[in-house]
Amino acid sequence: MNKQTEIIVSGFGGQGALFAGQLLAYAGMDEGKHVTWIPSYGPEIRGGTAHCITIISDEEIGSPFVRRPAAAIVLNQPSLEKYGPLVRPGGVLIIGGAFGEEHVSRSDIREIRVPAQEIANALGNTRLANVVCLGALLAATKVLPLEALERALANHLPERHRHLLPANKEALRRGAIFVPDQELAA
Amino acid sequence: MTKQLWKGNEAVAEAAIRAGCEAYFGYPITPQTELLEYMSWRMPQVGRVFLQAESEVGAINMVYGAACAGRRVMSSSSSPGVSLMMEGLSYIAASDVPAVLVNVMRGGPGLGNIHPAQSDYFQAVKFGGHGDYHPIVLAPASVQEAIELTALSFDLAEKYRHVVIEVLDGSIGQMMEPAEMPEMQPVRLERPAWALTGATERPKNVISSIRIDSEGLEAHNLHLQDKLAHIRGCEVRYKEYWLDDADLVLVAYGTAGRIALSAIRQARAEGLRVGLLRPVTLYPFPTERLARLAKQAQAFLVVEMSAGQMLEDVRLAVEGRAPVRFYGRMGGAVPMPDEIFEVVRGLCYALRPPKPSGNGHHPARRPQPEDPGPQGAD
Repeated sequence: MNKQTEIIVSGFGGQGALFAGQLLAYAGMDEGKHVTWIPSYGPEIRGGTAHCITIISDEEIGSPFVRRPAAAIVLNQPSLEKYGPLVRPGGVLIIGGAFGEEHVSRSDIREIRVPAQEIANALGNTRLANVVCLGALLAATKVLPLEALERALANHLPERHRHLLPANKEALRRGAIFVPDQELAA
Repeated sequence: MTKQLWKGNEAVAEAAIRAGCEAYFGYPITPQTELLEYMSWRMPQVGRVFLQAESEVGAINMVYGAACAGRRVMSSSSSPGVSLMMEGLSYIAASDVPAVLVNVMRGGPGLGNIHPAQSDYFQAVKFGGHGDYHPIVLAPASVQEAIELTALSFDLAEKYRHVVIEVLDGSIGQMMEPAEMPEMQPVRLERPAWALTGATERPKNVISSIRIDSEGLEAHNLHLQDKLAHIRGCEVRYKEYWLDDADLVLVAYGTAGRIALSAIRQARAEGLRVGLLRPVTLYPFPTERLARLAKQAQAFLVVEMSAGQMLEDVRLAVEGRAPVRFYGRMGGAVPMPDEIFEVVRGLCYALRPPKPSGNGHHPARRPQPEDPGPQGAD
């Protein structure tokens, strides 16, 4: 693994992009890594995108900003159009749904399209799509063990969502098993 | 105590409370509002004063009043709001009372925007209020450092009976990082001898910023200048990275400082001799350290999220002994590490042109310097 992994999570407001990025930061911190989390903030428009940058590193983090991240999770089409081209060659792009069918796949990164909405619906909560994508991201990048994210969920899920912890853990696991093992696939 | 993930604005608020801040007066403005919001529930929770004023002008004058009463007091705002506070800060400085102000800087001038910027350097360091003085100015580059400097702000304000401004940019206010909070300090109960506490059984204290006769006002100014000279002698703080063998010295503070650090790591990986001086106090400025570096380094590069404000203080310190170049972004734009790296690489190759063949690490990636190189101080 690289010493530093930068991850952009982006989607419509309400899809949980910012929280997904925070979970990564919590999990990284609990694993003893250096982390930063920085949100987009500004006069956002209804239906517009919100994104955040999470950096997980073995050493003190310099810039909390990055032009070309090692990985991205995109939860809607505008995010795919904006951040899909920015992922560094050799990086990972998690496309969390059936949008952007006309999107031309890049051969220099690993693109994984996850039916996050369907998986989330099957678990009974459409709002788990962000966590499904987190599971896929961890499986594809190995930036953190899945258990670290589970612990972060247990420790940092807001009180009002605490009853959803089992469903969140299941969403994480289903996202992870959706990703084919790269060595076997190759 | 273990580390927790803190948002910069909220971390500063909690750090102020733990440092024994007794009263907070403020007015909301992005990207600082979480600080005020946090204070709005947390200060009453610990039995202290939170008051949202009718405006920034009101807030800073409430700070002035509480400071005269010998209380640990602060306000916070962002650039346009801080501009409104300049008159009050000048009165506070003239009155020799301690006060802490946090400026979470955003893009300007004018209403500007809410994105991170460092364009209030002159206002803070040279001071936007009227009269001859400077506040003490502290500039953290991380959430942990923001916590530590907030506690230090109160200590310095009281030690020197002076205005302390902590300048964050919007991104440090908004970002989350693991950080450790210090223990809660008890609120100080005894009041300083100069404080206005209701003069029973002692001669009355008078705190004022008006001195009618010119001799009296000049004497007071000389006192303020003595205080500043003492501060310049005792309170300079900075951090150094890879300066031992640096040909090129970057000077950058706050967020620009940590972005510069990323660029320098990349440059070091290519074998370029680059280092960083990151001022932590902007006033007093690390003038002497820079003057010493000017004898060793071949060139300086100042990086700011402004048109080049600290740049002037670096040039004053270097005194023409080495060229001082500048790279900056404005209006809420943040420089990316790769932008700074390209500038650094260009300057380094101009200083030490790569050997034409063979023993370099990545000869194919080394461009010939087109720039004539840093030959004068611009």
